[in-house]
Amino acid sequence: MADVLKKVPVREQEPKVRATNFDEVCLGYNKEEAMEEAARCLHCKNAKCVQGCPVNINIPDFIGEVKEGNFEKAYQVISQSSALPAICGRVCPQESQCEGKCIRGIKGEAVSIGKLERFVADWARENGIKPAAPEQKNGRKVAVIGSGPSGLTCAGDLAKLGYDVTIFEALHEAGGVLVYGIPEFRLPKLDVVAKEVENVKSLGVKIETNVIIGKSVTIDELMDEEGFEAVFIGSGAGLPMFMGIPGETAKGVFSANEYLTRNNLMKAFREDYDTPIVHGKKVAVVGGGNVAMDAARTALRLGAEVHIVYRRSEAELPARAEEVHHAKEEGIIFDLLTNPKEILVDENDSVRGMKCVRMELGEPDASGRRRPVEVPGSEFELELDTVIMSLGTSPNPLISSTTIGLDTNRKKCIIADETTGQTSKNGVFAGGDAVTGAATVILAMGAGKAAAKGIHEFLSAK
Amino acid sequence: MYKILKAGKLAGNIYEMVVEAPRVAKRCLPGQFIIVKADEVGERIPLTICDYDREAGTITIVFQPIGASTEKFTRLQAGDSFRDFVGPLGCPSDLCMEENLEEVKNKKILFVAGGVGTAPVYPQVKWLHEHGIDADVIIGAKTKDLVIMEDKFKAVVGNLYITTDDGSYGRSGMVTKVIDDLITNEGKTYDHCVAIGPMIMMKFCCLTTKKYNLKTVVSMNPIMVDGTGMCGACRVIVGDEVKFACVDGPEFDGHKIDFDAAMKRQALYKTEEGRALLKLREGDTHHGGCGNCGGDK
Repeated sequence: MADVLKKVPVREQEPKVRATNFDEVCLGYNKEEAMEEAARCLHCKNAKCVQGCPVNINIPDFIGEVKEGNFEKAYQVISQSSALPAICGRVCPQESQCEGKCIRGIKGEAVSIGKLERFVADWARENGIKPAAPEQKNGRKVAVIGSGPSGLTCAGDLAKLGYDVTIFEALHEAGGVLVYGIPEFRLPKLDVVAKEVENVKSLGVKIETNVIIGKSVTIDELMDEEGFEAVFIGSGAGLPMFMGIPGETAKGVFSANEYLTRNNLMKAFREDYDTPIVHGKKVAVVGGGNVAMDAARTALRLGAEVHIVYRRSEAELPARAEEVHHAKEEGIIFDLLTNPKEILVDENDSVRGMKCVRMELGEPDASGRRRPVEVPGSEFELELDTVIMSLGTSPNPLISSTTIGLDTNRKKCIIADETTGQTSKNGVFAGGDAVTGAATVILAMGAGKAAAKGIHEFLSAK
Repeated sequence: MYKILKAGKLAGNIYEMVVEAPRVAKRCLPGQFIIVKADEVGERIPLTICDYDREAGTITIVFQPIGASTEKFTRLQAGDSFRDFVGPLGCPSDLCMEENLEEVKNKKILFVAGGVGTAPVYPQVKWLHEHGIDADVIIGAKTKDLVIMEDKFKAVVGNLYITTDDGSYGRSGMVTKVIDDLITNEGKTYDHCVAIGPMIMMKFCCLTTKKYNLKTVVSMNPIMVDGTGMCGACRVIVGDEVKFACVDGPEFDGHKIDFDAAMKRQALYKTEEGRALLKLREGDTHHGGCGNCGGDK
């Protein structure tokens, strides 16, 4: 008999094998494993897990259906709240959301809610079950800018309510960060992302790629000339940040955005694609978030020895616990409490190393985390040929600078009401990273969902 | 899909195409660029807009194959389509904006065009001509056969000076020599210069115009991926600042650009691209093993 205090273990590719390929790391539960794990749920009356979910999926209900083997019903329960379950089951930080609140977790391990969600979504896809398109269309046009998690969610919810929704995507492929940012080994593009995008389309949503709002057409033109009654801005995070240290424009220094976009969206890892990528031998990724882990594990798979260089300690790593765990298993070297001072270059302006300094943790700063301070005289050099900067992003000004009456805050993020998504401009709503700065897929989906409701209320009252 | 309405050679290995892209044609201005992708597996290639027709909804692009993806473009013909074509990207030229017109009218403007860079100079000169300003233009090419768009330019310029490196047509020598001659020997004065062409030509143009304290704008065409500010691949050093050519440019004050750093960055993917190009040209006959390209490793 399995230990009820522990999760049913999930099958994964062996670390040594997966370090050399781009196939998905986690293989997910099968039916039996899912039903066994579902049986661990206590079906709390006042379920804390639901409160921990940014889109409030009825978790005990769907798990109850899984326990009985009613997978289609389980999918319907999830679909009421989430348009992208196969994605969320894979990339949500469950340990700080639903699973973090699970009562099972007080004495033992939380129920594996994320893996169960993933199982249900994968089962539905494999069995050809799709969300149903609305019977009645109301003919009212809404534009959604960006086809990432917030845009897809907002568009899906509005389409279910009967709206005529068009998504405008700047890149040549729909999916936003799900396509250009998160790697194949964590989120398969063809089998998972493209299928979830198809599901949103099957609700009647149109997607126009290669349209950059603010350049190809402005929001004012969409509303005044193209007949859109409301607009949702889900344009994402934007411009990569650099440290401002010497040597950052050298050859071999990349933003994580560039490195990941080349490999994920442009598929540089595949022989049959034309995209070039530098196959470093010794790579340092500066930063400790999910994007840093993704870049590091990508470089590893392209054949490099990879170091994560992070200025705080392990406890402060912002990445999901599972990503850090996987990265370590695969052999990524963590240089913690280490901060870069200068990128060293050779006579061709190519990276040859990085001068770093050791750090120690001082008093807590405004974020509540202990502030790292330099240890005097602890400078040392790391020998490298590639440096990937993964320090976060600042908002892209393309939309805010070309839309009359759209207010932004001090950090250049669009100001939007948290419950309705309403911005300072009438009929224009916003959510996701464009509003919050870089955050998670699920928070963006939550914002897209709230804005869909806000748009529906706004247009119903009009 | 974006249909190619016209495709052909302008000269040597310089190609011109007219592409159907109504959203781009409706809004673009001289100085801006587009990103084009031939097919599913192709790269995103940034190209400066060389002409546009708002009514027909078309954009003209001119390019010279330098890697596998641009080589692929040369095989496309009228009736074929590009998979992706997005824009307009970047900022328009400061000269070609209605709001700056009064100020620009008082300026004596010199354009310096080199090689395939002649093409993106054209929409700027044409726009100015349509707004009552006739600028002088220097076109530089290696040899007579590589001089492009001469007739088109004649219709819109003040004075047109053509020079070839080998003296086979027009004046003889580099464009920098023509700049020197016009200003020191032929009594010309200019308040504003725009130089577009290969990086090395723009660098030397800027060194030349600096002697005369002549403000010079250049159009940078660095490595790019998304073209919307997201990847940061296109960063260039302007003065002591790092700028993104895709959103802050592509035009910058040439006297502030660190050309040496920019040229080194440009070479980043040379071997990767070279390999891809060889594979494309030589197809199945390319197996590596010669020790030159490392394709077998």
